[in-house]
Parts: sequence; C-alpha cells; structure tokens
Amino acid sequence: MSGSIDSTMTFALLPEILLLFVAGFVLVFDLVWSDDRKRGLGWLTAGGLILTLVVSLIFARPPAEGILVWGSMLRYDWLGFVFKMLFIFGAAITALLSMDVKDLGTRGEFYILMVVSTIGMGLMAASADMIMLYLAIETTSIPLYILAGFFKTDQKSTESGFKYLLFGAMTSALLVYGFSLLFGYSGTTSIYGLAGAIQAGLIAQAPLIGSVFLILVGFSFKVSAVPFHFWAPDVYEGAPTPVAGFLSTASKAAGFAVLIRFFMSALPSLSTDWRLVIAIISVATMTLGNFLAITQNNIKRMLAYSSIAHAGYILVGVATVLELGMVSVVFYLIAYLVTNLAAFGIVVTFWRTSHSDEIKDYDGLSRRAPGLALAMLVAFLSLAGMPPFGGFIAKVLVFAAAVKADMVWLAVIGVLNSIIGLYYYLIVLKHVYLYRSDNEESLVVVSTPARIALVVLTAAILIVGIGFAPWFEWSSSAASILF
Amino acid sequence: MEFLESYLLSFILFLPVVVAAVIALLPSNEKTLIRWVAFLGSLLTFGLALILWVNFESNRPGFQFEEIHIWYSAIHSSYHVGVDGISLSMVLLTTLLTPLVILASFKIGDRVKAYMALFLLLETGMLGVFISLDLLLFFVFWEIGLVPMYFLINQWGSEKGERELWGGRKVSARAYASFKFMIFTMAGSLGLLLAIQMIGVISGTFDLPLLVERWNSIDKQLMGIPVSTVKAIAFWAFTIAFAIKVPLWPFHTWLPDAHTEAPTAGSMILAGVLLKLGAYGFLRLVLPLYPEQARQYSGILAILAVLSIIFGALSSFGQTDFKRLVAYSSVNHMGFVMLGIAAAAFAQGTESGTIALNGAVLQMFNHGLSAAGMFFLVGVIYERTHTRNLNDFGGLFPLVPVYGGILIFTSMASLGLPGLNGFISEFLVVRGTWGVGWVFPLFTALSMIGLFFTGAYILKGIKMVLHGPLNKKWVGHLSEISPREIIIMSPLIVLMLILGVWPAWLLDVINKAVLALF
Amino acid sequence: MQFPIISVIVFIPIISGMLILLIPGERKTEIRVTALAASAVALGLSILLYFSYDIEIAGYQFVEKYTWLQDLGISYYVGVDGMNTPLVLLTGIVMFTGVLISWGIDDRPREFFAFLFILATGVFGVFVSLDLFMLFFFYEIAVFPMFLLIAIWGWKVTREYAAMKLTLYLFVGSVVALVGALAMYFTSGLGTFDMIALEGAAFPVVFQKFWFPFVFLGFAVLGGIWPFHNWSPDGHVAAPTAVSMFHAGVLMKLGAFAALRVGIMLLPEGAKFWMPFIILLTIVNVVYGAYIAMVQSDLKYVIGFSSVSHMGLVAMGFATLNREGMIGAGVQMFSHGVMTALFFAVVGMIYDRAHTRLIPELGGFSKKMPLVTVAFIVGGLVSMGMPGFSGFIAEFPIFMGVWRMQPWIAIVASISIVITASYIIRIISKVFFGKMPEEYADHIHDVTVLDKVALVLLAGILFILGVYPSIMVPLVESGVDNILRLLGGA
Repeated sequence: MSGSIDSTMTFALLPEILLLFVAGFVLVFDLVWSDDRKRGLGWLTAGGLILTLVVSLIFARPPAEGILVWGSMLRYDWLGFVFKMLFIFGAAITALLSMDVKDLGTRGEFYILMVVSTIGMGLMAASADMIMLYLAIETTSIPLYILAGFFKTDQKSTESGFKYLLFGAMTSALLVYGFSLLFGYSGTTSIYGLAGAIQAGLIAQAPLIGSVFLILVGFSFKVSAVPFHFWAPDVYEGAPTPVAGFLSTASKAAGFAVLIRFFMSALPSLSTDWRLVIAIISVATMTLGNFLAITQNNIKRMLAYSSIAHAGYILVGVATVLELGMVSVVFYLIAYLVTNLAAFGIVVTFWRTSHSDEIKDYDGLSRRAPGLALAMLVAFLSLAGMPPFGGFIAKVLVFAAAVKADMVWLAVIGVLNSIIGLYYYLIVLKHVYLYRSDNEESLVVVSTPARIALVVLTAAILIVGIGFAPWFEWSSSAASILF
Repeated sequence: MEFLESYLLSFILFLPVVVAAVIALLPSNEKTLIRWVAFLGSLLTFGLALILWVNFESNRPGFQFEEIHIWYSAIHSSYHVGVDGISLSMVLLTTLLTPLVILASFKIGDRVKAYMALFLLLETGMLGVFISLDLLLFFVFWEIGLVPMYFLINQWGSEKGERELWGGRKVSARAYASFKFMIFTMAGSLGLLLAIQMIGVISGTFDLPLLVERWNSIDKQLMGIPVSTVKAIAFWAFTIAFAIKVPLWPFHTWLPDAHTEAPTAGSMILAGVLLKLGAYGFLRLVLPLYPEQARQYSGILAILAVLSIIFGALSSFGQTDFKRLVAYSSVNHMGFVMLGIAAAAFAQGTESGTIALNGAVLQMFNHGLSAAGMFFLVGVIYERTHTRNLNDFGGLFPLVPVYGGILIFTSMASLGLPGLNGFISEFLVVRGTWGVGWVFPLFTALSMIGLFFTGAYILKGIKMVLHGPLNKKWVGHLSEISPREIIIMSPLIVLMLILGVWPAWLLDVINKAVLALF
Repeated sequence: MQFPIISVIVFIPIISGMLILLIPGERKTEIRVTALAASAVALGLSILLYFSYDIEIAGYQFVEKYTWLQDLGISYYVGVDGMNTPLVLLTGIVMFTGVLISWGIDDRPREFFAFLFILATGVFGVFVSLDLFMLFFFYEIAVFPMFLLIAIWGWKVTREYAAMKLTLYLFVGSVVALVGALAMYFTSGLGTFDMIALEGAAFPVVFQKFWFPFVFLGFAVLGGIWPFHNWSPDGHVAAPTAVSMFHAGVLMKLGAFAALRVGIMLLPEGAKFWMPFIILLTIVNVVYGAYIAMVQSDLKYVIGFSSVSHMGLVAMGFATLNREGMIGAGVQMFSHGVMTALFFAVVGMIYDRAHTRLIPELGGFSKKMPLVTVAFIVGGLVSMGMPGFSGFIAEFPIFMGVWRMQPWIAIVASISIVITASYIIRIISKVFFGKMPEEYADHIHDVTVLDKVALVLLAGILFILGVYPSIMVPLVESGVDNILRLLGGA
C-alpha cells in the first residue's frame, strides 16, 4: 500500500470522477439557464452520462484479477466495473425518461441527486471495506429518499419518500450495527480480511450469526426481499415513475452487488449455512411477490410486486453459491434492468397523456399507440421470461444454476412461480391488445427523449435475449472474481 | 401391345378412375355428354376384360397377368395383382354389369356428374378386390367400395319413406339404409382389419401367395397364445366380415333396406357384384389360409347357409314390396353359394367338394346376372307406375307383353329352371353337397325346402304383377319397355340362356381354377 | 458454402412479420400479399428441402452449426432427418393455406400476420433444432403468440379464457421439461447442449427412469396427451380459423416431436421403462377422445376432440417403441396435420357464413359449397382411416406396432375407428346433406377462389399420400431406423 496516488487508482475511480463533473455541470447550468431551457438539463445529464460510460469502457477497465485500491477501501475489479456501467446506463435512460415529466425534468436538483446516487451505487459495488460500504449505501440512499418524495405537493409522493426514509434509516442502522459487531470481534473492517478472521475462529458463533442476520436484514431491504419488502409497493407507487424505475433496477442491482460480494468474499466458509437461508428467502420472495401482483389494479404497484418477485429469482442464483449461480445473478440484473426500465418508461409515457396508472386505462392501447404497445409487449414478455427476450435467458441461467447445485426443488419452485408471473403479465397485455376503449382515437404523446430511451431499451432487450454471448462473458468476468 | 399385355390388369383396374377424373372436369350441365362418356368408358373397360379373357390360358395353374410393384414397402405390402379362373369370371361379371348399370342410369337427372363418377370409382373398388394378391391391398379396395355405395344410396336412393333412428329421430329411408349398410360393413371390416394386422405382424408379409405357403407352417406363438387359437380367432374375424357382405343369415339385415332404398342401378350392382365380394373373400382368403378351421367350422357355415336359403325364401314370399322381394331373393340365392363353399371346405380336394365349389362360383356369376336383371325390371315398372307394391299391380301382361316376357324369363332363370343358367349352378351345388360327409346330405335336403319356397315367391311375384285381373288404373298409363331398356337386358338374357344350355365355356375355366386351388 | 436453406426457412416468417409490421395498418391488401408471398417462399423452400433429402445417405442433412455461447456449449445447430423433414413440409403447407384462409380477416390484419409468423418461426425452429437450448428457445417462441392470436381474433365467447388456459398449460409443460433438460445437461458432464452429443451421453439408468416422465409428459402436454389435454379443445374452438389450423395441424405435432427428440431419443432406457404405462394414457386419448367428439354438438368441438384422439394415435405409435408403430406415428403426424388443417378451414368457412357451429342448426351445405363438401368428405375419410387416403397409411402401421407390443390394446383402440366413423358420417349427412335452415339459406354463397385453392391443395395431399405412400414412408423409415438404433435395436 503506497502513499501516493497512482494511475491505477485513478482509473479505478474514473467513472465516479466523471460523474462528479457531470453533476457539477448540471449544477452550473441549472443556475445559469432560464426556466424555459431547463429541459436541456436532461439532455446534458444523459449526454454526460453516456460520455462517462464510453470513456470508462475505453479507459477504466479493470485488470482480470481484481486489486485493492485506495487504502483497501475499494476493489478495482470486474464485478464493480460491470455494475458501474450498468448503473450509469440506467441513470442515463432514467434522465431521458424524466425529461418531459412536469416538475421533474426541469429541475436541476433532480438530475444532480440522481447522479450523486449513481456515484454512491458505483462505490457500493466496488466497496471492499465495511465503513466504505456503509458510506456508499448512505450516499446512494439519501438522494433516493429525496427523489422518491420529489413531488412535494403530491401526498402519495411525500408519503413514499418518508416511508422509504424511515425504513431505509432503520435497516441501515441494523446494518451498521452488524458491521460494528463484526469489526469488534475480528478487528478489521475489510471485507476481505473478514474471511480470514472467521476462518481463524476469531468470532464466536452467536455474535457471528447475529451480525450476519443483521447484515442480511439490511441487504434484504435494499433488494426488497421478503420479509423486508413491504416498503416497495407504496414507495414505487408514490414516487415519480422514472424514480420508481430507477429504484427498482439500479438501486436493487447495487444491493445485489453488495450482497454477493459480501457473502461470497467475507463469508464463504459459512456458505453451507446461509445458502439455505437465502434459498428460503428466495422462495418466500418469489411466491409472495407473484401472488400479490395478481390482484393489483394499479400498474405501478403491480410492477412493484413483480420487482419483488424478480428479486426472488435472483436470490435463487445467489443461493447456489456456484460460479454459474453468480454469473446468472449478474446476467439477470443486466437483463432485468433494461426490461424493467422499459416497463416503467412505458408507464410514465402513458401517464403523461392519460394521467392514470390504472391497468384498465390501458385498454385499447394497441390501437392508440401501436409502437408503444409493441414495446410494452416486448418488456412484459421479457419480464415473464419468454424468448427471444433477455428475461428468458436470465431465467434459464438462474434455474440452470439451481439444477447444477442439486437444488432442483428450488428450480421447480422458481419455474412454477414463473407461470404465475406469466399469468398477470398476460392480463396486462390482454388489456392492451384485446380490450377496447372510447379513447382510441386520441394519440398518446411520446416525446423525443422518451422515444429514444424506449427504442434503445427495446433493442437492448432483444439483443440481450438473442446475442447473449457478450453479456454472458461480462457476467462471467464479474462473477469469477468471487471465486 | 407388349405394354398393354404386361399391364393389362392395371389398365382394367384404373381405367374407371381415369374416366371418372375426365367426367369431373366436364361441365355439370352437359348431362348427355357425361352419361355417354361414362358408358363408353365402362364399355372400354369391358373390352379390355374380354381381351383378358381371350388371352387367359385356363390350363395353366396359378395366377396370370401378375404384376408386382412397390407400394408400402415399410410394412411389406406391395401392389400385387393377378387373376385365376375364379377372379377372371368375377372381373368379367363386374365389367359387364357396369356399362349396363350406367346405361340403366340414363334417366337420372340429379347431379349426373357425381353419380357417374361414384359408380366408376365403385367399379375400381370392386375390381381391385377381385384381382388383389396382397392382403393389405385387398383390404384397401374392399373399403374403397364402401364409400361410393354409401353416397349412391344416400343421395340418389328412393325418395319416399321414413324410418326411425334411436332417440326417435326420423330420417329418410335411404339415409337409414345407407347408414346401416355402412356401419354393418365397417363393423365387419374392423375384425378383418385387426386380423390382417395380426397376420402381417406374425408372418412379416401381406403377399397372398407367400402367405399361403408360409402360413400353414407357422408355429410361432403370439404373445403366449397358441397358434391354433390365433388362427381360429382370425378365421372368425375374416368369416364374420365376409358373412356380413354375402350376406349370410343372421348377418343379412342390412341388405333388404340397402337394396330396396338404393336407386335401381345401385341395387343392380349391389346384388350383382358387391355381394360376390364376400363370397370371393371366402374363396380367396378363408379357404386357402385356414383350411383346418374351415373344415372344423364348415358345419356351422352350412347351417347358416341353409337358414339363409330357407329364411331368405320365406321372407321373399311374405313381401308386398316387389323390390324387397327381390332383395330377399338375394339372401336366398347367396345361401346356395355359401352352401357350396361350406361343403367344399369340409371336403377339400374330393370330387364332391370340387363340384360344390364349381357350383358356388358359377352361382356367383349367375346370380349376378339374374339379380341385376330382376332389379332392373323392378326399376322399369317402378319408373312407370311409381309404386313397388305388388298389390297395386295385376294383370299387366296384356299391357306390356314384351316386358312380361322378359320378366318371366329372368324370373325363371332366378328360380333355377332347367335350360337356364340358374339350374346348372344350383344343381352343381346340391349335387356336390350331397356327396360330402354325412350331415351335408341333410343340409341338402333342407335346402330343397328352400328351393320349394324359391319357386313359390317367384311365381307369386310374377302372378301378382302380370297375371290375374287387370288393374284398371294402369290402362293407358303404362308404356311398354323401351328399346334402351331392352338393350340393357339383352346381354343378360343371352348369357342366361347360353349358360343354361352350354355352360362349359365358363365352367371349364372355373373348374381348372378350383382344382388348382386345392 | 451451401445455401443455408434451413435457416432461411426458419427465419423468413419472422423477418417478413417484422416487415409487415412496418406497413401502415390501413393498407390491408399489401399486408396480405406480403404475407402470402412470404409463406409461398417458405412452402417452396420446404418442398425443395423435402425432395432434396437423400434417403440413401440418411442421417442429418443440410446441417448448420454456429456457436452461440461457448462457455455453456450452446450453439445454433440445425439439421433435418427423416422424422422432421415431413414436419417442416407440413408447417410450410399449413402456413401457406392458413394465409389463404385468413385473407378475409379485417381487424388489424397486420398484427395478425405478424404474430402468426412469429409462431411459424418458432415452430420451424423447434423442428430443425439439434441443440437442446435452441429447441427450448424456439419452443417458447411458439407458445406466446398463441395467446395474442386467440385472445384478440378468437371467438368472443370463450377467447380470453381459452387463451389464458392454453398459454399457462403449455408453459407449465414446457418448463417442467426444461428442468429435466437442464438436469440432463449437467449430468452428462459433456458441457454441451448439442443433442447428437447428448444422444451418446449414456445417462445412468436411474437418472433416466426418474427424469423421463417429466421430460416426455412435459412436452406431450402440447401433444395433447390425456389427462393434460384439457387446454386443447377450448383452445381449438376459441381460436380463429388459421390459428386453429396451426394449433391442431402443427403445434400439437411440436409437442409430440419434442417428446420424441428429447424424451425418447435422449433417455432411451427411461422410455423403455415407462412406455408400457404411457401407452395406457394414449389409449384413453384415442378411445375417450373419439367418444367425447361423438357427443359434441358444436362442430368445432367435435374436430377439437377428434384431434385429441388422433394425436393419441401418434403418442401410441411412439409408445410402441418398435418399427411399425413409429413409422406410423411419423406419417400420422403429417397426415393428421394436413387433415385437421382442412377440417378447421372448412369449419371456419361454414361459421363465417352461417354464424353458428351447432350441428343441429346446420344443414344442406353441399348445395351451396360443393367443393367444400368434397374436401370435407376427403378429410372425413382420412379421419376414419379409410384406405385410399393418408389416414390409413398412417394408422395401419401404428396398429401393427401395437399388435407386436400388446394385442389387446390394438383391439381396444380400434373401437375408436368405429366411433370416429359414426360421428364423421353424422356430420357429413347432417351438415352437408340434409336441409339448410331458412334463417340463413339466402346469405350463403360459395367460398372464394383462394379458399378453394387451399382446400384442393390439402385434400390433394391427403389423397396422394394415400395412394402413393412411397412418397413419404421411406423417408420416415430412415428417421425411425436412427431412433431404433438409439433404443438399442428394439
């Protein structure tokens, strides 16, 4: 560990640095530009984020073997890198989708908060140290609390933000308590050091289990796993839709990044114990999420429960503890991000014209806006796990990992859950394609940035579904550092 | 000419289909054109059959004009056809009757195209059965004959009359008759199908000559059931299927309805040829393949045959519907065929058996002629009077003397008057049966009772139509038999006479074939 | 490099479907013509493929292989052999005639043809797949368009229910099979989804006995095996005509075929163990299916249940695991596919004109639609297994194969022939002959030229195969020989 800052360490943080610049630019232009030009902030943010993405892809690739940097606070490896790219992409899309939402897309604070949260997420994914991890989680979450409650005058939004804050704060507290216990017993805050400490037997059984439990609570909250999921439906429903989309994808992905790194790198020796726990949580999450989604009439709530269910599927991959399982987790998150963002993107686009999030108001959408309806078809079938969309590959990989790990029962439950999922996704599609409404003549306005975002996402869903090799390679690189 | 010779049978077999295809392309309203095309086409087929007859060498045993082509090699079935004396006579009968039947149908005006096409397809089906030397092919053509017949009865059958189906549903008489015909025959075919499948599985081929060789030496077990049991079951499956067709009492109940409700031409071909398919099946398949079982159960067959003769005659006698009377007469006459076959089955290879069999085959031919003739004559009178009820007629002889003469002639042939064909065949059957075993003479005696009633019903028929007091209402409304109709009857009359006086030309051929059979 | 005929056949439908989506919705003629052209090309190529297959060489021909994902051994791997070449041809035929029959669809024809073609690509893809992953990929692609096609263009009374039931049922079947397939992948230790490689994997017998039912029955759900056949009659009835044609004509064959490819060919020991039980299920299909068909009063339900019965024969043929039975099953898949496409086409034509499908309310159609009548009679004769038509060519060897296995089953199953005959005759005599009710007697006019072309094509094929079985049987034979080799020459 040298005292100076060398180029590797800089490159490790290159995305974050660039993101800071983007935030800075947005701040400046927000002050400078007059109100009618404020919409341009969205373009600025999206452009800046894409630029960051490109530059990072060229310059900031990590070495195949990860290395600890910045005083072992962070680890410069493929896991962090892949996730960072994912977050930045997600943020860019969200920016585009938010641009024409009233009271959202013209507010500089919105973009800045989002970018800051993205920085936090990137740090979460690369954290190698518990303190760093905690800081990163807070950096991610606090802007998100505000973003959830962004519509100050809307009761649901403020309620959403508040709820999120309360739950988040509470689970964060539990998380840090767990961390402190581990530090207390092991004498190190490094995640990688913990593994050694546990193997050496430095931590007694009871506090170990206790602290792992607490940490699990914290992580479960982040990924909306049962029984710490119940904030999700209300928060997603109340928050501005693009924010809900961002929350359900990038934020959840960050939570998973942290989960797998922590559990696989710090607690591999306990894997036989916690894998069963994770498996049970997975079953509960999938099942509850799917069953509750069936009865929803509000599409955002439905998508919220659907997101919970998807977290359950991803947890199947985690529970396998195999390399294939971790690969499937990363792949799933990639596919899921593009899919779910598309779903929420469509919801927000539709909402701008109809001002409704009720499923029955989607009746006849296929006649009003065939393109939008087609995008919805793609997104929802991908969510259901149908080929040739990304969701299919993702599900197959996760269940394959379960079969490989001799946890066939888990695969079977997962598979049965997919069927339930298919059911309610099809119901929505039925509304869109089959049912008629009186509004069929009135057009649905789709703004240019939203159109761009949706086209990109739809293409991405297909690409991930058909040409899945490159994404699989990425996921492999990311997962391999865990073993 | 070589080409024609080597594929003569296929030509004969498929020419009707080709003609039917040609007819399908003709415009529907050119009825006359359609009729003549059909007639000439079938006449051409008859011509080819005559060529076949002339070139057939009766002294050579076995099948002639054989053709084998690949058809369904995966299950070892091929397109294998050939004729021997027995099948040749049947081919001749079929190809002779078809043009006559078509000529008889010239009065039909409703959907002539479909009608003619169906008849031609039917001809192919019948011919196929007679010339098939492959079991599967036999079955194919057997079934093919069903469908045209069904439609002919159902669509062009008698317009009046109603019958009740299950559940009180009323259907027209012809729908009832055609349905019953179809279902009965198919039920029999089902057993036939299963038995054929089984044979194919056990022996690995469907080729008839091969089967006859191999079949009797098979001693494999089928799923643990001894071979003799298997053969017995197969024997009965075959027998029942054919018994339905012949028809043998008590499987005959489809026949009166079918024959009565069918259009005239349909009845002619039904009685003339289709019934012979069943008898032919016995000859070609049952006797060679199951000689043991045939002998074993020949007694039962004979009893049923005798019952057919007696009950057929009695039923005929009790009819008031002229057509139904003739229909039951078929049961009666086919009974003789079956009696001869049963006797031959019992006494295979003996002189009496041979005589009986000769009689049976000749009876098949003869009955074909006389039955077709009778039905046609019934049709003639029906067309003019629109009734078939015998009580409506009476004393028509002076009004239609030519018709009367022809009717009497044909009836006498049917009755078995010496000098006409019926006598020869019935005599042969009776003579042959008499000389077989000890129980068969008893059967012969019983069949005489049947003959007695045969005479009774025929004379009754003639009497009620032609003799007795003149039924006034027909005066002036009854036209004589037309030249066309006479033309139709003439070949039949001529043949009936010739066969009655000098049967050798046909009997020789049959005899040699029968001798070769055993 | 040889022309990638298989890939072209597989992808032409979906590419044309995407192109069709680009056409403005109001230009219905252009849409229809494009669809017809695309299906004609697919049909032409599939005919070419069919006759280009060299039976002497046998084995898999026109093979194409491209790596899809190296790490997991997934590749895009296609080829045709004696079993699937007829099925590719069948799909081409049904696709082409389906487009002809759907010419009159007026409500959003663009989306209709687009979804239909996605379905077609899925079906083609499954038939030619030699990679297990790819098989599932295309299998699922074939499932979801059914939902939309039935729900949107189907019969208003039951379409939502039927569409949902069908989709969920089929999905259940396929994912159950998927789990089995994944188990096979990992247990083989070969690290590849290549099915030909997996054929030689020699899975432990215990493994095979455990997984065979899941894999076989999972796929056989789509094949309509009892007691998982329930989705089929409702699905058939609710679907629009062309979709019913596809559904019964092709899709159900997909299930039977996948059950063969993945179940029997990859788990032969499991197959040998389970077939004596499975054949009992197929008997129920055959006899019970026919019986239920007989008591229906809705014409389309009759045909629907008749499909259940005839697919039962396919399954029965496979279940014999012997030569004749499998040859018959292979031919039956083709024969029944064409026949049922014809039936549904006719039913659609009748319904379009009379607006009822209840047999008591129909009658006398032979006068107004003579060609249709003849076509239906041909189909009916095929259904009854009447010699002279393809149904006999298919059913006869199946029964022979069953004789070899268990004679009493053949006898029981043959009852279905009689039942089938009775309901076919009933329909023909009531619906086509008989008297046409007054209510609609004036509105009935004959079918269009396009409809007639479709019917003649379908009926003609049934007839040709019936009189000249050598046109297909040797091909199927070569495929069956390969299967028997895998079964150990049973």
